[in-house]
Amino acid sequence: MLPIKYNAKNVVLRWRSTLATILGIAMVVAVYVMVQALAVGLEKSSANTGDPRNLMIVRKGSQSESSSIVTLEQYRSLLYSEWIEHDANDRPLVTADVLTLVNLPRREQNGEANTTLRGIGPMGKVLRPQVKLVEGRWFEPGKREVVVSKRLAARFANFDIGDRFKTGPDWLTVVGWFDAGNCAFDSEIWADSDEVRALFDRDSYSCLLVRPVNAEGLTVLTKLVEEDKRLQLLAKNEVAYYREQTMTATPIKWLGNFLATAMSIGAILAAMNTMYATVGARTREIGTLRVLGFRRRTIVLGLLIEGMLLCSIGGVFGCLLALPINGYATGTIGFESFSETVFEFTITPALASQGIVFSALIGLFGTLIPAIKASRTPVIDALKSL
Amino acid sequence: MNPIVEIRNLSKVYSQGEIQVTALDDIHLDIHPSDFLTLMGPSGSGKSTLLHIIAGIDRQSSGICKVQGIDLLGLNESALADWRNQNVGFIFQSFNLIPVLSAFENVELPLLLTRLGRPERRKLVQTALELVGLEDRAGHLPKQLSGGQEQRVAIARALVTDPALVVADEPTGNLDSESAQQVLEILQSLSRDAGKTVIMVTHDPRAAAFGNRTIHLEKGRFAEPSTSEAKA
Repeated sequence: MLPIKYNAKNVVLRWRSTLATILGIAMVVAVYVMVQALAVGLEKSSANTGDPRNLMIVRKGSQSESSSIVTLEQYRSLLYSEWIEHDANDRPLVTADVLTLVNLPRREQNGEANTTLRGIGPMGKVLRPQVKLVEGRWFEPGKREVVVSKRLAARFANFDIGDRFKTGPDWLTVVGWFDAGNCAFDSEIWADSDEVRALFDRDSYSCLLVRPVNAEGLTVLTKLVEEDKRLQLLAKNEVAYYREQTMTATPIKWLGNFLATAMSIGAILAAMNTMYATVGARTREIGTLRVLGFRRRTIVLGLLIEGMLLCSIGGVFGCLLALPINGYATGTIGFESFSETVFEFTITPALASQGIVFSALIGLFGTLIPAIKASRTPVIDALKSL
Repeated sequence: MNPIVEIRNLSKVYSQGEIQVTALDDIHLDIHPSDFLTLMGPSGSGKSTLLHIIAGIDRQSSGICKVQGIDLLGLNESALADWRNQNVGFIFQSFNLIPVLSAFENVELPLLLTRLGRPERRKLVQTALELVGLEDRAGHLPKQLSGGQEQRVAIARALVTDPALVVADEPTGNLDSESAQQVLEILQSLSRDAGKTVIMVTHDPRAAAFGNRTIHLEKGRFAEPSTSEAKA
């Protein structure tokens, strides 16, 4: 085995070509990591949402909460189930939510976008403890008041506390900002459920969120909802429900993979070019190593390690280049709700490792042909090389 | 005494398209342990080709080349690499040190292919460097050494595995006369005092004079049979 110091020192010695390759690979890895960070952020936003103790009930076959319908009868038939937890005042921990899309102007006259207005019942806040009021106060039912996500407020006009905006036939006043801890609720406006129904002339709700008494209650309620043919509803653990709502991330992941594939072909060629030059300049050195008794495969392995080392350094730099975007909040149109979905670019250790492994693979494939070619050069020819 | 190198009917023909060039033509030669054999002749006479075949880095077109009783043609590529590591020390005209490694690391290279542990390797490298008078240059990179010192490091690298055979291809070709003298004295001492068989290709009759036996080659054949006899 060639000493790793030999490969490492060669990478340093040829610093000009090393630098060019590192920069090329760093750009590819940075783009890859950034696009994947977008997908991870979106997925995390959905996966972060919900309370494992809660049960989400939607219409069977609905793709999202906003396309679901739960009638008042269905709501009432479940409201008094013995398996539902009650609060200290003996009120059932159930919220019947209504979701609708409202089209509102963005900040800085940047056009308009759909956003989700969620009407929640009196227990809506209790069932979602992760949502915290950070400024202002909660809305009061009947006063045409809303609270908005702080992250959403940064993106839409008229979302400062005290601002008003018109939706449907009426004006709504923003009275507070909430923070949902980087989850799907951060893309929402919250108001009173019955008020939203009245405002948009709805005679039904979109979904129910209930807190079963215990784990057994969760199982029983799920079974009860799904087996009752009259209900035609689907019950699912709230966390699991939102985790599955990650369709938005899928095309972004595809885009990321496509970009990464296209760019990696270029990067592999760049790495190959560098390694051809590196190996070409060391033909006599390789010949000498073979005279000393190093086998062909040892030399191939050494060059592969060198190529992978070189590109991995580029990978690390790529991750560092992408790092400032970690935690940057942005928004996109969610494919489930067709509304503005706010999320944060998220670079996880797993994603960074993936970027570095990706760069090492570029190094591996880029070095393979030059390394094999170099090892196959007859020793005499290699020694005669300048 | 059995010869360490036995060459019988050895020929080497290079094909360049349709043209065939005979580099060695039906050579017979025995080289004995402790011989310091010098190969002389004009460019293209086949002396380096003969050296390369004996050292196991090239293969003959026909004939037999046995070193220590082993027919090198019977060894595959990997076995030949192992054999070179254990049995041959090679000294090049251009030193061929690895530029990114220190003198110590260069000398240690052939030992990395052995089962020796780090302390044993260190000891052997130090001994080899002491032998060529460069123990105080162990940490220097090749570019920090003079040509003569570089060649002495190369000699230390050739000796570190304690090979029976040391081959040198114009080892003084790139050296000033003082450094060349030092290198030739070391090679002579290896043969005379350490019992190594040394085969050296040279153009320089003064360098050849350090050997105890000289062979002249011309057009792939021994030019003057009388010169291949041992010197008095």
